[in-house]
Amino acid sequence: MPASLLEEIGDLTLEHLFLVIVTMLIAATLGIPGGILLTRHAMVRQWALGVISAVQTIPSLALFGFLIPLPFLGGIGKSTAIIALVLYALLPIVQNTVTGIVGVDRVVRESAIAMGLTPRQLLTEIELPLAARTILTGLRIATVTTIGTATIAAAIGAGGLGVFIFRGLASVDATLLLAGAIPAATMAIVLDRGLEWVVQRSSPVS
Amino acid sequence: MSPLVSFRNVSVRLGSRDILHNITFDVEAGETLVLLGRSGSGKTTALKLINALLHPSAGEVLVEGMRTTAWDPIRLRRRIGYVIQEGGLFPHFTIANNVGLIPRLEGWPDEEVAARIESLLTQVGLPPKEFVARYPRELSGGQRQRVGVARALAADPHLLLFDEPFGAVDPVTRVELQRQFLSLRRQYGKTALFVTHDLREALAIGTRIGLLHNGRLEVLTTPAEFQYAQSEEAQAFLAALNPQNLNA
Repeated sequence: MPASLLEEIGDLTLEHLFLVIVTMLIAATLGIPGGILLTRHAMVRQWALGVISAVQTIPSLALFGFLIPLPFLGGIGKSTAIIALVLYALLPIVQNTVTGIVGVDRVVRESAIAMGLTPRQLLTEIELPLAARTILTGLRIATVTTIGTATIAAAIGAGGLGVFIFRGLASVDATLLLAGAIPAATMAIVLDRGLEWVVQRSSPVS
Repeated sequence: MSPLVSFRNVSVRLGSRDILHNITFDVEAGETLVLLGRSGSGKTTALKLINALLHPSAGEVLVEGMRTTAWDPIRLRRRIGYVIQEGGLFPHFTIANNVGLIPRLEGWPDEEVAARIESLLTQVGLPPKEFVARYPRELSGGQRQRVGVARALAADPHLLLFDEPFGAVDPVTRVELQRQFLSLRRQYGKTALFVTHDLREALAIGTRIGLLHNGRLEVLTTPAEFQYAQSEEAQAFLAALNPQNLNA
């Protein structure tokens, strides 16, 4: 394997990781507080979750296609790709945040309120710790999904390991295909296992 | 001195159904008023009016002379200890953190919180050394209930509310818990409202018994006088005490 290829694998892996990290930071920043808000507004919840899961059903290549012609947001490049990736990552994060908090035992919640916890204390002392596992699982699922979908983002000029895959497909070159596929798969497995380890350690209760 | 809790013509309506209908009574400092009734009689609803988990549809509930709707609900609830079935303990907190939560949120210094936890656990019969670091799931139902009582006492409340606290434990443990309730009352002299569907329990621990039936307060009397109550519901409860009535 030529040194230049190795170097490129390193660069594109970092670029891929950058896409994933930026996407996850934005998606978590929007998704966790968003999920918390939705637990307070049952009326909006069904509607909002419906919209988010509808986005999820759009094939990724098509979603990139939709975004490109949009003024300001769209165009070719990383920012368009990150918007699409965030839209995909939101569903598992929001859904698991809602499920985790709504799933807190009614008796536990009621006794916390009856003891005089403020709504904020109820959230930080009781609901979030008890929902932590479920929320972290949502982040894990979203991360793995994002690593996969980000390979497709190379099609709209976002860079990342997808560049190898598309190049390999175009030139029917197995080495190039593997140069993209192996690091992407490794990244997905490592982050999946790593986050699962965090989930297992996160809280003493199931 | 004005009563600690007063119900004045209180009704609670949910849709077209009356959960409570025109209830009036007072709870004086130091007494244990037991609210007795079947499931759906409105007794838990009455309890939740006192710590403002619910508000009356008509009439008013006064705590320390002030309407519950005028209290800041957080301040009101922190002055009232609340015990429910199985204690309603927080599963992710150790026993120490369960008992010490409200003192900590009230800003007590750490050493005072720790000392408080230790003395309360000792008083409810759980050796602190053995229990502080454990989690609720590692305790029996009766032990969890004791922690629930310790937690309710933690911030030294004026008033304690018990919502069928001993309903989920076996009959032997239940009697032990009732005995402990009486000994804590002797020691602290706290005022308590105690909800149960068990007449035996009501007779054992109440200084007065209020019988609720379909949202109405049918009887309000002392345990000694309860057997003379002119109420079909009271007589039904008394009859249910005697196992021989099963064959009638």
